[in-house]
Amino acid sequence: MGVKLTDIAAVIRSKNSGPYELTLDIIFKDREWYEKIKEAGLINRSLISRIYGLPEEKILDIIEFDPAGAIKINLKRPIVSGDIGDTDIYGAQQHGPLLGIEFSGLD
Amino acid sequence: MKETEIKVLSTTATLGYGFPPESFHAGLERGPDVIAVDAGSTDPGPHYLGAGVSYVDRKATYRDLSFMLKAGRDLKIPVLVGSAGGSGAEPHLRWTLEIVREIAREEDLAFRLAVIHGEIDKEVVFRAFEAGQISPLPPTGPLAREEITASTHIVGQMGVEPFIRALKAGAEVTVAGRSYDPAMFAALPIMRGFDPGLAMHMGKILECAAIAATPGSGGDCMMGYLREDHFLLEALNPKRRCTTTSVGAHTLYEKSNPYLLPGPGFLLDLRAARFEQYNERMVKVSGSRLLPTPYHIKLEGSKRVGFRTISVAGARDPVFIRKVDEILQGVRLRVEENFSDISKEKYRLLFHLYGKNGVMGRLEPQKEVTSHELGVVIEAIADSQDLANTICGFARATLLHYGYPGRISTAGNLAFLYSPSDMAAGEVYQFSVYHLMKVEDPCALFPMEIREIKGDKGWE
Repeated sequence: MGVKLTDIAAVIRSKNSGPYELTLDIIFKDREWYEKIKEAGLINRSLISRIYGLPEEKILDIIEFDPAGAIKINLKRPIVSGDIGDTDIYGAQQHGPLLGIEFSGLD
Repeated sequence: MKETEIKVLSTTATLGYGFPPESFHAGLERGPDVIAVDAGSTDPGPHYLGAGVSYVDRKATYRDLSFMLKAGRDLKIPVLVGSAGGSGAEPHLRWTLEIVREIAREEDLAFRLAVIHGEIDKEVVFRAFEAGQISPLPPTGPLAREEITASTHIVGQMGVEPFIRALKAGAEVTVAGRSYDPAMFAALPIMRGFDPGLAMHMGKILECAAIAATPGSGGDCMMGYLREDHFLLEALNPKRRCTTTSVGAHTLYEKSNPYLLPGPGFLLDLRAARFEQYNERMVKVSGSRLLPTPYHIKLEGSKRVGFRTISVAGARDPVFIRKVDEILQGVRLRVEENFSDISKEKYRLLFHLYGKNGVMGRLEPQKEVTSHELGVVIEAIADSQDLANTICGFARATLLHYGYPGRISTAGNLAFLYSPSDMAAGEVYQFSVYHLMKVEDPCALFPMEIREIKGDKGWE
């Protein structure tokens, strides 16, 4: 049985961090799940690269933030905020691919 | 005697986003030492800085400022407004000052006003560029000279120092151009000798007002109580509370690295920060530190890149939806053929398909359309508004009647939302400068004027 990220996270969101970056936040419902996911390194570059269809160099950082029990992922925006062709000026709706994450081998 | 506590009242996440009067009065009853508000952001995109217009409505701004200015005079405490008009360039500052003037006249207020300018003269930027004092802010690349030339406005984010200068000059109301978001909230505490790391971290949270509470809101008040070795946060609306989760989560918000936050002249180090539940509704924060760095001002610039026309429509025919990519390719070719005398450099034609990848564009992992209808936005960007109108209009008419193999709905491919179907959306801007400029004096780029205001007098 897999564990769905949407079942163990309270917040899954995206937003600009300045006009050139997108920052994705996953805030876990409780400490236990945060620690478990963090220890196992389950949110990693290869996963993000795969679900966003991005080469790994566009993934700027993945940061674990203990005070909030949260994991942050920074992406280089494919198009700078407001540039011709941009589809999300505030970057607030780029979290969709995270919603489908499912971990196997956890209980 | 050293003060043991300073209280900072933050009214709303962006001046003009509003706040309930009850929350504001609850804040006033607690005896704040200063009322501050952040009016700006780059979030709404490059248009507002480039075009010199506010992204917040004038009446809404008047309403919020009126509450704040009157309370400031009643309690005899300073009121600080940073990033006036949203982007904080000269037109934004003038726009805000006009509103302040109208309030002073209507309410017959008297105060010493400090105006701090945030627009940076291009000549100053050129000189810094020549002297090698401008560096890129990753992931942007090095600044090109032409980008400075092309920018309609360039602003710099001022730190706390220009605000402290205004407060020391006795300013009762300060209206400043582009500012580092926490600066207005941290200035008085730092001036009075409170810990700058805690002051800046508290400002970082207060600049978004009640967004750090739960349930969060960009339109509600928040109070910060800064003491010797910690600060407390209180949401002033009894419907909201600050929890370690809500405040910790906010520390992540809109930031790349939640442990080390760069600011003008420092790095805010939160690696040892502790968030504790102080009581049911308040959070206690300690351990935040400020590490001094060379003083850099963040520059923001925007330039005009063309004019836009759009047309909004929908499609409900399953054959059309299945073949939409090849249909749009066909339309694109027809436009190019029809205007073969116009260089392709002069315009761009874009189609946004909601229901397919309208939200995520090239980041959309789901390639297959599963929706029974598609939203279609036809967008043309060109060197002139006339040409944008021409390209959009021709693409719209071509798509409406485009005959594709297997077509059974031969009367028209699109459901237009409006008549007229095409809308001239005006000037299109692009961020042109997002770089750091090294300075020696934190105040040098930000000239200040002091005026004695009495109602409608003192403005010239």
